[in-house]
Amino acid sequence: MSRHVADAKSIYVPEPATLARCEAMTELERFFQVTLDSGKPLGHQPGQFVEVSVPGIGEAPISISSSPTQPEGFQLVVRNVGNVSAALHAMEPGAKVGVRGPFGTTFPYEEAKGRDVLLIAGGIGLVPVRSMINYVLDNRDDYGRVIILFGARGPAERLFVDELQQWRDRDDVEFLETVDRGDETWTGSVGVITVLIPRVDLDVKNTVAVVCGPPVMYKFVMLGLWDKKLPNDQIFVSLERRMKCGVGKCGHCQIGPYYVCQDGPVFRYSDIAHIKGAI
Amino acid sequence: MAAKKLTETQLAGLVDGLISAGRVEGVVEKGEGRFVFGPLGSADELRLDYDVTIIPPKKYFQPAREVLMTFRVKGGEFEPAAPPEPLTLIGVHPYDLTAINQMDRIFSEDNYDAQYMARREATRIIAVEPQNASAGCFAVSMGSTRPEVGYDLYLTRVPDGWLAEVGTAEGGKMLKAHAPGAADATKADLAARDAARVEAEAKMSAQELGFDASEIPSMLDGAEDHPVFEQRAERCFSCGSCNLVCPTCYCFDVQDEVDWDLAGGRRVRCWDGCLLAEFASVAGGHNFRRTRADRFRHRVYRKGKYIPDKIGELACVGCGRCVNACVADIANPVAIFREIKGVE
Repeated sequence: MSRHVADAKSIYVPEPATLARCEAMTELERFFQVTLDSGKPLGHQPGQFVEVSVPGIGEAPISISSSPTQPEGFQLVVRNVGNVSAALHAMEPGAKVGVRGPFGTTFPYEEAKGRDVLLIAGGIGLVPVRSMINYVLDNRDDYGRVIILFGARGPAERLFVDELQQWRDRDDVEFLETVDRGDETWTGSVGVITVLIPRVDLDVKNTVAVVCGPPVMYKFVMLGLWDKKLPNDQIFVSLERRMKCGVGKCGHCQIGPYYVCQDGPVFRYSDIAHIKGAI
Repeated sequence: MAAKKLTETQLAGLVDGLISAGRVEGVVEKGEGRFVFGPLGSADELRLDYDVTIIPPKKYFQPAREVLMTFRVKGGEFEPAAPPEPLTLIGVHPYDLTAINQMDRIFSEDNYDAQYMARREATRIIAVEPQNASAGCFAVSMGSTRPEVGYDLYLTRVPDGWLAEVGTAEGGKMLKAHAPGAADATKADLAARDAARVEAEAKMSAQELGFDASEIPSMLDGAEDHPVFEQRAERCFSCGSCNLVCPTCYCFDVQDEVDWDLAGGRRVRCWDGCLLAEFASVAGGHNFRRTRADRFRHRVYRKGKYIPDKIGELACVGCGRCVNACVADIANPVAIFREIKGVE
């Protein structure tokens, strides 16, 4: 055994960081632009997450929403559902937090090069998927068709509405969206996200799919993609789990032989299709 | 490896010498014939004839509650916890040593856990060949009774004293400093040790698996829906006692504690248990292992498949603690594995 442990850096101690921008996005979700106080870039890839600390409250795993192609720190969107997220919601620009990471596997931004990309995001699942969407759009020539399917609970729960509109307006993006329940202003599609899948024609041999949404969504989306004959090894899912440490030690996020924090959160679906309880 | 022969007096001298030199913890009687690792005041208190301790020695390397770092509430700055004090631990049984060796791998491989490893490296271990074992012990079946590393000294009771095998240079120094009169072990002493091992292994075979434990991971392939999980979990109280007493359970939670003046605080890690209802639940309320059967199955798979598939060792050493700790009497790994295997 080595005798140099005293010099080893703790994998649990966060780096100081500052909330540069904080903006309400919906009733439940708040947007944050974060910069590390070291001045260094986070060095993340699309699909990864960070552990964000609010001293005195705790630490929580949070998906990175920005593409690494976009400069000046990184972006998070936090739903106000837990202790840490509630504390973050109460913070204003300039507030200090702790950050560890980036952690985990990435969306298949390399593997998808030269191929069609199908991006399926349900609700807050758009937050991580957006890191891939913007990466692909910032390297648009490297990819074939870009198809985005987005579903929200209702019009008021739609995230990144300006970007949704930009994607809808682009000629080189096929954008479809739906809401579970419309309102008097909503003129678009009504229904759960799976209603969108039959509406797209896929070149299944040449398509890579990325899926992220609430736990209940995956099975139904998978059925939709199987109807399209899209093989499991071309489908990537980003999974949520309780992740206390982010470094494969605390044990909470285990699914089958994998730790979601290290071997995920992004999995090739064929690697986990056989695991009971994975989706 | 060198071995010395100690008289009872010399062993007491070794223990008392270590106590005068620094912090020593060892096996003591807690009352009602039950044993714990605790502070050792003198050699007289040491009970090397114990059967099993209530809590395994993991508590020294990963305390039930330990400070990972301190922080100021305003400012976002964190200070790592102070390094641990040196410790000598006396009386570790071989199956527990096997578990410690496994924890060392888990905390040092992939991402190096400096906190755990600092505690581990600050600790000298004096192991002891069991004179007794838990009534549920099946360590022989799990192949955990002969760890080759992890100890500084390994004691075996022989008819006229103790054999002390030296595992590390540190162990050699302990003998030199605190048992200077100990003689080199003779062939007869080593033969007596071998006889003591045979007796110990009989004690550590209170239960037997009845098939080769290396078959467990492949046996669990595709056995997720075996009725044993639902049936046993029906009686599970989700109390986590099986996790608490397990020498290879190390899952932890992390929480912040704030000082009374709200200025500073500590981030602590504490033991968690996968049988507890909230273990896999996330903010927003979704629980990824909602049912007792989900959680019961998870533990069996983690011991018998997930960790073995990752590191090549079963994550059960057969200490038998969970057999006795389980309030509902459903946790006995031997019974579960035998039922899945289909052996009567």
